[in-house]
Amino acid sequence: MAYDEKTNGQMDAIIARYPRSRSAIMPMLHLIQSRDGFVTPAGIEFVSEKLGLTTAEVSAVATFYSQYKRKPVGEYHVGVCTNTLCAVMGGDAIFAGLKDHLGLGNDEVTSDGKVSVEHIECNAACDYAPVVMVNWEFFDNQTVESAKTLVDDLRSGKNPAPTRGPNKVSTFKETSELLAGFNDGHAEEGVQAGPATLLGLKKAKEMGA
Amino acid sequence: MTTIDSGRTESAVAPIEQINLIIDGFEVTVPKGTLVIRAAEQLGIQIPRFCDHPLLAPVGACRQCLVDIEINGRAFPKPQASCTIPVENGMIVKTQLTSEVAQKAQEGVMELLLVNHPLDCPVCDKGGECPLQNQAMSTGQSESRFEGTKRTFEKPVNISSQVLLDRERCILCARCTRFSEEIAGDPFISLNERGALQQVGIYEKDPFESYFSGNTVQICPVGALTGSAYRFRSRPFDLVSTPSVCEHCASGCSLRTDVRRNKTLRRLAGDDANVNEEWNCDKGRWAFQYTMAKDRIANPLIRENGQLREASWPEALAVAAAGLKGKRAGVLVGGRSTVEDAYGYAKFARIALNTNDIDFRSRPHSQEETDFLAAHVVGSKVNYQDIDSADHVVLVGFEPEEESPIIFLRIRKQVHKRALAVTAITPYLSRGFKKLNAKAVLTAPGQEAAALSGLTLTNKSIIISGERLSESAGGFSAVVQLANKSGAKIAWVPRRAGERGAIEVGAIGNLLPGGRPVSDATARVDLAAAWGVDSLPTEIGKSADQILAAANSGQLEALVIGGVDPFDMTQPSVNALENTFIVSLEMRPSVITEFADVIFPVAAVTEKSGSFMSWAGDTRSFEKAAPDAEHRSDAYVLSILSDAMETPINLTGSKAAAKEIAAVGTWDGARATFTATQANNSQEGTILATWRHLLDNGSLQANEPNLAGTARKNFARVSTKFANELGVKNGELVTISTDRGSLALPIEISEMLDGVIWLPRNGVGAESLRILGALNGDGVKVRKGI
Amino acid sequence: MNKLTPVLSAHWDDKDSFTIAGYSRHGGYSSLKKALAMEPDAVIQIVKDSGLRGRGGAGFPTGTKWGFIPQGDNREHYFVVNADESEPGTCKDTPLLMANPHVLIEGIIIGSYAIRANHAFIYIRGEVSHVVRRLLQAIDDAYKAGFLGKNILGTGFNLELTLHIGAGAYICGEETALLDSLEGFRGQPRLRPPFPAIAGLYARPTVVNNVESVASVPSIIENGAEWFSSMGTEKSKGFTLYSLSGHVKNPGQFEAPLGITLRELLDLAGGIRNGNKIKFWTPGGSSTPIFTDAHLDIPLDYESVSAAGSMLGTKALQIFDETTCILRAVLRWTEFYKHESCGKCTPCREGTWWLVQMLRDLENGIGTESDLVKLLDVCDNIGGRSFCALADGAIAPIISSLKYFRDDYLAHFKNGGCPIDPVASTLFETSKAGA
Repeated sequence: MAYDEKTNGQMDAIIARYPRSRSAIMPMLHLIQSRDGFVTPAGIEFVSEKLGLTTAEVSAVATFYSQYKRKPVGEYHVGVCTNTLCAVMGGDAIFAGLKDHLGLGNDEVTSDGKVSVEHIECNAACDYAPVVMVNWEFFDNQTVESAKTLVDDLRSGKNPAPTRGPNKVSTFKETSELLAGFNDGHAEEGVQAGPATLLGLKKAKEMGA
Repeated sequence: MTTIDSGRTESAVAPIEQINLIIDGFEVTVPKGTLVIRAAEQLGIQIPRFCDHPLLAPVGACRQCLVDIEINGRAFPKPQASCTIPVENGMIVKTQLTSEVAQKAQEGVMELLLVNHPLDCPVCDKGGECPLQNQAMSTGQSESRFEGTKRTFEKPVNISSQVLLDRERCILCARCTRFSEEIAGDPFISLNERGALQQVGIYEKDPFESYFSGNTVQICPVGALTGSAYRFRSRPFDLVSTPSVCEHCASGCSLRTDVRRNKTLRRLAGDDANVNEEWNCDKGRWAFQYTMAKDRIANPLIRENGQLREASWPEALAVAAAGLKGKRAGVLVGGRSTVEDAYGYAKFARIALNTNDIDFRSRPHSQEETDFLAAHVVGSKVNYQDIDSADHVVLVGFEPEEESPIIFLRIRKQVHKRALAVTAITPYLSRGFKKLNAKAVLTAPGQEAAALSGLTLTNKSIIISGERLSESAGGFSAVVQLANKSGAKIAWVPRRAGERGAIEVGAIGNLLPGGRPVSDATARVDLAAAWGVDSLPTEIGKSADQILAAANSGQLEALVIGGVDPFDMTQPSVNALENTFIVSLEMRPSVITEFADVIFPVAAVTEKSGSFMSWAGDTRSFEKAAPDAEHRSDAYVLSILSDAMETPINLTGSKAAAKEIAAVGTWDGARATFTATQANNSQEGTILATWRHLLDNGSLQANEPNLAGTARKNFARVSTKFANELGVKNGELVTISTDRGSLALPIEISEMLDGVIWLPRNGVGAESLRILGALNGDGVKVRKGI
Repeated sequence: MNKLTPVLSAHWDDKDSFTIAGYSRHGGYSSLKKALAMEPDAVIQIVKDSGLRGRGGAGFPTGTKWGFIPQGDNREHYFVVNADESEPGTCKDTPLLMANPHVLIEGIIIGSYAIRANHAFIYIRGEVSHVVRRLLQAIDDAYKAGFLGKNILGTGFNLELTLHIGAGAYICGEETALLDSLEGFRGQPRLRPPFPAIAGLYARPTVVNNVESVASVPSIIENGAEWFSSMGTEKSKGFTLYSLSGHVKNPGQFEAPLGITLRELLDLAGGIRNGNKIKFWTPGGSSTPIFTDAHLDIPLDYESVSAAGSMLGTKALQIFDETTCILRAVLRWTEFYKHESCGKCTPCREGTWWLVQMLRDLENGIGTESDLVKLLDVCDNIGGRSFCALADGAIAPIISSLKYFRDDYLAHFKNGGCPIDPVASTLFETSKAGA
């Protein structure tokens, strides 16, 4: 499969960010996901061609990182943190509840292609546990019910705003372009910080800092 | 002639600092930079290891070689991987022999390695010579504490037609992937996935088609990588191993030939630090089935009423002797003879046939080359160590990966290690050249002389020319001129293993054995005395082309031919052979045996002792590997034929020949002088560039489909601009034609000179030399489509 | 007395704290001007004098690290920020960058100037979209303001800053794995030596610093080394972010001088939820051996935590109350390490595979005391035997849990399974109880 001129140009722009072209491989794979929805064979071949690497060298990298998908995910990829703290605080129950609610196993996609679920590792938001990520946007302090509502909304096109994030969740492909390092212009949206982030500052001010 | 200075660089003679340390209570002194694991070897202390390999960069991955170390009273808080730590003065190392911590660490790692290792040793090729099996016995525990579920994978998977991968057995030492990247420059296999699911693999669509893939099978410390050819064929303890030497190219690799019940079952790279280190190419490893081909000629054959029939040796010898005795005859040796056999042909020509009409070159050649060989190659020594210390290597008429793969590895090692400058004078920047990071001087075939004259070298540089340079008038002359100007060394690399030795023993028209010029009366007298004959023929001999032409014209009445395919030559004139009396020494039926009047069966390399002289001028001797083989060497057959002709050459076999070669010695008188040849600048039409792929339709690669499956695909290569002019895209067919024939091949656009088309010389189904009869620099016609 | 010292977090409650305008309003980028007017070595000296130690877990002195970069070597130098925050429990850099990416950028420019680097990189994990957005925007804005690019503020100093976005691999938080990943390889740790200061990114001298360490630099330049070192303890100077999570009434970020205790922090966080008792906690992420209620008064500085048998790590204080099953917690962490093991070395790759299987059996009540002996022995064969510290982290929860909660293991065997109801430990239970 050939990629269009825009993609080609973006690939070149990625390569230009680095002193050595091989460094571009990871953002390029994110960009492949933004076009194809996952890391396709065509994408691997394209990246290897573009960087003068063997396909084995590129697939070695592509299979190392868990965000690179080998098959299509949902338009909204839902990650439930089930690392210890989130799991204990309800992540396990949320993940079980979502699988049951959607009739999916881990890493499976709903038949409408809208939502996929995956259990994920610690996402650096433990003070907001249990945490659910949608296309790597934070949905904090979730419950089984709120998570079910969340995926229902995603499937029905309601597009809920993340707790700490932009006004709406971008699609998986749109997010992948962001992760390839292309600013999507939504940085100003959303809160600067959640309540847990501000707790210490609030306490300090209460104590007269 | 150019002075060949084999002096070493200063760095090699500079004193290397010595380090004193104590290992298990014993003092040892080793050069600075030595790793602890190898310092221990000096004391005979074997620390178990898997990922460690002396020719690969340390990686410290398997953790099997953990030892306790303290330096000047400061102990490392935890055991260290001895394969990654260089020695230091005042270091005290305690291995498993003296440290309980090290011993427990090693036992612990061994147990962990076995957690996921299958218990299929009884059906594993590696069983009996397996580092994991052996070290599990020496370092492991007899009972496993693992009660869980082992990791399973589909097994085995073909990662090429000749290499199979069993991921369950793999212990992820990464020797194979590191070899492929660091040594071969072919990262077609990689580590994929991560953690406990990490596994070696290829990218699905791109198999492990490296010319060096067999080395990964050899260095795999478990049975994860196995070769198709040897799989399930034998147990190591049933094999009889004989050190041997590769008969394919001029690199001169040491090999080990493993034979069971007279059958060669496998060949491995031998260990020779000065030549192939511990590597070889896949052709050397796997192309040996021809020695056991079903169509091997068993008995002498004679032609009677146009038909060949078997004959007794005495009858065949009588017929051959009658056909040769007193006749005007020539000798074509072929490029694959051992030094001893080539000597047999050389002596036979002079004594039995009274002629210097002998040539080993069963390939395109020129008078310029003949002169060059006599003046600058015979007796010369430029070797691998010179590459190690060179400041610049120039490659002309020579693509090392295709034409002498171990030279390629050696140059690449230096490129990798110290950014050795490499210049390639070539019309096509091949993958091999790219892996050498070679600066390409894109040059049309025929224009090499001009390209060479533009280079600036020093007396530490080496100009490596291939036999193909003979197809470019003035090429060798320009090499000599450049060497004279700069002091650079000259190396000449033929493709076939027997060529360099053949020059040294006089299997060429202008040289007698030991480099004695035919034209030098003193040299002739010297040799005649050694041979105990009154005189030797004085007239300079014809070249192979001239011999065939003379046979065609009737000037020669008979030919003695060993291992030659006339289609490999410039002007094949097979018709000529019908009217000439031909004695053929062969292993298997060939084009020549179709015309031959008498055919004598001869031994394959595994069936005799002998030697090959490498490109570097080193004699590489080997012993007979198949003990019960009955075939005799060419030298022996020629000797009994000479007896039948009553002009005996008295060579009872390879050993006798070797002894006599040593006794005859080399000529210390004046060398032949070299007269420069003018370059030819007139070229018309699309210019052909062509060389052989390592793996192709060569007769010694017969009957090994697994190897053949990894050959390079055959493409006609052109530049982007030329492709546009032709109106073709990658993969589309073009037809290349000459007045002799035409050939259709798919296009692959490559980095090359406009107006030039590159073709494989002898690809399977793409035998361009045979079909087109065209050489480098010849004009060909190219059109789109079939 | 106010135990908190908001510096990094001082203006996070401004709605526009993440913008260049918001940052500048409180003196943002003024330290940069000050630093660029100094000799680079003087900048390194201030950071050395401040006593700032790496906030990524290891606690190596930042200024010393900068000082290792060879000068006058005519080679490129690189400044790399480790923003791959992935250690379980760790959640400080992510909110910091969301609320104020510019303080990091300012620190990067100062650090790059000090070590004479002209190209800097931020390696951020790929699972935090909004932080990526904020950083991309902040970098764009810093370029536009002339803080990045050619001839910064007319000083002749040039600096390119590239945001490199990861793709999901905990191991890339290990600095040499990070560098391999940044070079476009699998993120597997490198052999050391050579250390990054000599041969780091592209085999050039390279500094790799944690986000919080670099973000602390502008305030040090602004207020001086003495100001910084007046906070904290003798060997653990300055302020830092403590992240409280789990079964506390009010989890969150607390910026305080090093040496504060968990008891003090718990007070600020409203104590354990529902008035429950604390059972165990991690001082600095899951790779640091757990503590119990016996450790509440240990000063949370590098030395004191270490002396008590754990590590300060990332100051990720994960609090678990009595409703939590220790085996469940440990098993889950072990599964994490198995998932994140890079696969390079035997003890980690095979060891984590085996440990998970053993712990699953134990959690299911299948086991005897002799299995605990085996478990500890296998841990002993993994710890200190692997290529990098990941495996040491993997066995830390197992060994420390057996030290403090051996009876819990035995209770599982007796009970034929986990005796603890998982529902009781959830947040929903807290909310119900609170409601």
